Parts: sequence; structure tokens; C-alpha cells
Amino acid sequence: MNASYLLLTTIIILLVAFLYLSWIFVSNEIENKDKSKTNRRDFLYTASYTLGAVGVAAAAWPLIHQMNPDASVKALSTTEVDISTIELGKSITVLWRGKPVFIRRRTQEEIVEAQNIKLSDLKDPQDDKDRVKKPEWLVMLGVCTHLGCVPLGNKGDYKGWFCPCHGSHYDTSGRIRKGPAPTNLEIPKYEFIDNNTIKIG
Amino acid sequence: MSEEKYIPKSKIAQWFDSRLPLLSMAHHLREYPTPKNLNYWWTFGGILTFCLITQIITGVVLAMHYVAHADLAFESIEHIMRNVNYGWLLRYVHANGASMFFLAVYIHIFRALFYGSYKAPREMIWIIGMIIYILMMATAFMGYVLPWGQMSFWGATVITNLFSAIPLVGEGIVTWLWGGFAVDNPTLTRFFSLHYFLPFLIVGLVVLHIWALHIPGNNNPIGIDIKQRSKDTVPFSPYIAVKDLYALLIFLIIFAGIVFFVPNILGHTDNYIKANPMVTPSHIVPEWYLLPFYAILRAVPSKLGGVIAMFGSLFILIILPWLDTSKVRSAVFRPLYKIFFWILVADVLALGYLGAMVPEGWYLFFGRLATIYYFVHFLLIMPILGFKEKTLPLPTSISEPVLDGKN
Ligand code: HEM
Ligand code: FES
Repeated sequence: MNASYLLLTTIIILLVAFLYLSWIFVSNEIENKDKSKTNRRDFLYTASYTLGAVGVAAAAWPLIHQMNPDASVKALSTTEVDISTIELGKSITVLWRGKPVFIRRRTQEEIVEAQNIKLSDLKDPQDDKDRVKKPEWLVMLGVCTHLGCVPLGNKGDYKGWFCPCHGSHYDTSGRIRKGPAPTNLEIPKYEFIDNNTIKIG
Repeated sequence: MSEEKYIPKSKIAQWFDSRLPLLSMAHHLREYPTPKNLNYWWTFGGILTFCLITQIITGVVLAMHYVAHADLAFESIEHIMRNVNYGWLLRYVHANGASMFFLAVYIHIFRALFYGSYKAPREMIWIIGMIIYILMMATAFMGYVLPWGQMSFWGATVITNLFSAIPLVGEGIVTWLWGGFAVDNPTLTRFFSLHYFLPFLIVGLVVLHIWALHIPGNNNPIGIDIKQRSKDTVPFSPYIAVKDLYALLIFLIIFAGIVFFVPNILGHTDNYIKANPMVTPSHIVPEWYLLPFYAILRAVPSKLGGVIAMFGSLFILIILPWLDTSKVRSAVFRPLYKIFFWILVADVLALGYLGAMVPEGWYLFFGRLATIYYFVHFLLIMPILGFKEKTLPLPTSISEPVLDGKN
């Protein structure tokens, strides 16, 4: 038995219970107009509303959950990229799950600059070593952590990336240095399959 | 309100009306007593109704040719523009119609602010109006995504990302809104579905808005309570109906001028480039009618703070009837409020201008100043004015100031 059947059954049971209790409530109301004290009717009244609310909530869940990523969207979760043609100091952008991923082959200068920074100067302190698997290769989501624009490469006050939308500056490690973005550019899950290929996801 | 019972003339009409009183309702709408001094600022309600109907009619026919799919949407818009008979006209009317709709709603809202129409006993009219306004913004935002151009795509990305500012559940909400891990086909199809649906919800709310209006009756330029059906009122038809129609014609001339001569003046050229998830346009801006809110969003140097300020600026409007402590409705008799009203108008226009600029240097500085003033106006000036201001004496009826000079 799968989850949706279970859900459906629960909903039906709840609805039946709800209808039954409502029916008792209504017939009570018709027969007996005496409202002076708290009695069986008040209990049934509350109980039926509670059950009704649970039933409605259970019925609403499929309507809400249908909007979450579907199976076909989730299935596209890995991408393999050939990185052999990327020259030193150049980057490429690939699409992974509909999002751009920057793959940059950093120059020695950039690496040194990224490593020789006091962590206390950073808004979202993170060591460059924790952001790369091999210092030469920086792999990160090209999605500004502010509101999701794609930052431009080799731009900005920190020679890394600059987001044109609301002016966030990232350094050569993709860490946020200035502007409204709250965190560093995100590092996706990836691995080196061999020296020339990266698997993202 | 007190109204003599309407009985249709013919037997058939009586038969019908006693079973479904549509004729009585039409009669009520025709005879409905309106203050005789309503000026042209009161004609925008009718204009707005016209705009809503225009958007629905042009929208439904556009949907006969539009294809809601990430691979085809952009081409289907080109198809509408080039191949569909009068497709260009339908699309230009729909796209510019949205702008005209907002132009009218802004005038309508500032009219209410000037004449104190949101005050007791009209709070419900005001609140329903605000809900309509918020739904209009949601509808227009989703409509703008449909052509799937660069501005569509990146506008959708930036606006939906606003929700990621919410602590803990933010990311989950954004993924849920997208139906994926970025704005993509699932986002487009659900936006189309909602863009189709919300206008009909708005129609329902407009009915409630007018129902709530017909309980206390119209406010008027001098803002005093009037006795309905007195020498201060005239029947809606033909007096107000004709005035509304005249104003609508002027409005239509301007509308037609834009549609036929400068149909792209309010659009953005980047939206004639197909959506590309790899490249963000160098300067993204929302449609003009959302710019003041965009300016507020960017004025705050924190992501969550900006989002709170932006939604707060709307929320403040909803509770305005309780922020304004003055008993006098119309600004005509409020010498100080009248000044602050015009400063607010200038402030919102400034926010709109600054929302279109790159938020750096002076632009950012003035953006912050204008944002602060916006909140100060509603949270400080409005409550304090009610106690401090010396208002002018109110006339006892609409006829009084007119007849004064004569007899
Ligand atoms: C409150 C009323 C409405 C507003 C404010 C509104 C607004 C908009 C806007 C701003 C656009 C983008 C236009 C462009 O740049 O091309 C649009 C597109 C569209 N709308 Fe609406 N709309 C409304 C009602 C409707 C309704 C009821 C439908 C019915 C299906 C509809 C169907 C469409 C379609 C198919 C498009 C894509 C074609 C196009 O972009 O011209 N709209 N709408
Ligand atoms: S989206 Fe990058 S700064 Fe706002």
C-alpha cells in the first residue's frame, strides 16, 4: 500500500466521521432547543469541527505538495562536464538543475589572493581551502545569494564577481565582500571523476 | 439604506423579479443616491472596472494563441505579434492595459488618501480595495513572466527569491514556488494558471468592494456625512453615469494614443530577448508600477530587512484607517494634512524614480531618505496630526457653501 492510498483512506474516514458527527449535531439541534448548559451537544460540536479541520488539512496537502519539484525535475540531478579545454584564468558556465554553475581555472595570483585573507575581514567567514577540492579549480553556483541574479566574472572591487542587480561584490573565492548578499556563492556537490571531468550533483 | 420598494412595470418582469431580483438590483444601481459634488477624481472607479473587463477579454483571447511552455512561450508571443489577425493589437492593449489599470488605481488610491475616504464608516471598502491592489500586483507580475523574455525570467527570479529571506523555511518556500531548483517550465505553467485565475477573484472582490460602498454611500469632496436622498444627492444615473463615461472617453483617448503610437514606451527592450538562465541583463528593473516598492526593498542594507520593509509598506496602508486619528475626512478642511499629502505624493514619485536607478551613491542615499519618510508619514505624522492640527469649520451640508453667496 503506498502513501497516497493511505492518505486517501484517512481523508475518507475523517470525512465520514465528520459527516456523521455533523449529522448528530444537526439532529440534536432540531430536536432539542434547550441551550442552557454545556452538554453532549457542545462536545459533539467541538469534536466535529476539529475533525472537519483535520480532514480539510489532509485534503489540502496534495494540492499544496503538487507544486514541489516533480520526479522528472528531481531526476536531472547530475551533470558531467569536460574541463580539459578551459585555459588558465578562464571560466565556463554550465547549467545544472536549471542553475548556472561557474567552473573557473584560477591563476596563481587569484589563489594567493583568496588564501591570504584574514577570515575576520569576511562577512561570511570561510577559508578558501574549504571552498575548493583542488585550488586551481573553483566550482560554484553562479547564483547571487541576494536575489538570484548571475554575477559577472572578472568584475567588482575584489577582482572576483560582481552582481549587477543590486551591487554585490565577490572575491576570487566567490566569497561575499560588499553589498546586500548575505552569504558566499554556494558550492554545489561535485567530484572529479578524472583529471578532465567533473560530475556535479 | 432606505429605498422605496421597486416594482417592475410588466407582469413578466414582476414574475422574474420576485424570483430573482436582478431587476431590483439594476434599479438600485441606477437610482443609487450620490453626492452631487463628486468631482472628476471620483470617475476612476468606473475607469478601473472598465480596465479589469478589458484585461479579461483581451487576456482570454490571447490565451487562445499563447503557449505556456518554456520552449514555446517566447515564440508564441512572436506568433501573436506577427501572424494572428490583430494579434499585435490584442497584445498591445493587454500589455499597456495593465499600465493604464495601475495608473488609474494609483489615482483612485491617492483620491481616497486626500479626501479621507478610508475613514469610518468606510474601512471595509478601503481594506477590500487594498486586497484588490495587492492581487493586481501579483497578477501583473505573473503576466509579465508569460512572454518568457529576459526581463520576464529575471524579474521572476528576483521577486520569488524575496521569499528566501524568510528564516528557516525560506528556501523551501522558494523551491515550492518554482517547482524546481530555478525558475523554469513548471514555474511558467503555474504562473499562467494563476494569471488566468486571479483576475476572476478580483472580479469577486470588486463586487464586495461596491457592496461595501453602497452601505454608507459615497464619500465626497468635502467629506461630511450627508443625508441620502436630500438636496445634497442626485441619482447615479444619468448624472454620475454620464460624468463617468465622459472621463472614460478621455482616458480611452490617452490609452489609444499609447497603444497606436508608442506601444513599447513602457516596456523594456530586454524582454524581446528570449529568457536565458545563464545571463542576467545588466540592469534589471520591474514594471514601472512596482518601482516604489522596489526602491524600498533596496534601501535597506539587509536582505530580510529589505523584504520586511517592502511588505511593511503595504501593510501600513491596510491599517491606515486606524493610524489616522483625525475626525475630519477631507483634506480641504485640514490645512496641514493637505501639505503633508502632497509631500507624500512627491515622496512616492521620488521612490518610483529611484527604484529605476542603480542603487549607488546619491541614488541610494535619497532612496533611503524617501523610504524613511514614507514610514514617518504613516507612522508618525498621520497619528500626531489628528491631535495637533487645527481644522477648518465644516459646512453642515453640501448645498451650504454653494448657496451661501446667493441668498
Ligand atoms: C487583472 C487583470 C490582468 C492584468 C493586470 C494582466 C497583466 C498582464 C501583463 C502585464 C502581461 C505581460 C504583457 C507583456 O509584456 O507582453 C500579461 C500577459 C498575458 N496575460 Fe494578462 N493580465 C490580466 C488578466 C488576464 C486574464 C484574465 C487572462 C486570461 C487568460 C490573461 C492572459 C494573458 C496572457 C495569455 C498573456 C501573455 C501574452 C502577452 O504577454 O501579451 N491576462 N498580462
Ligand atoms: S541579486 Fe545579486 S545583488 Fe541582488
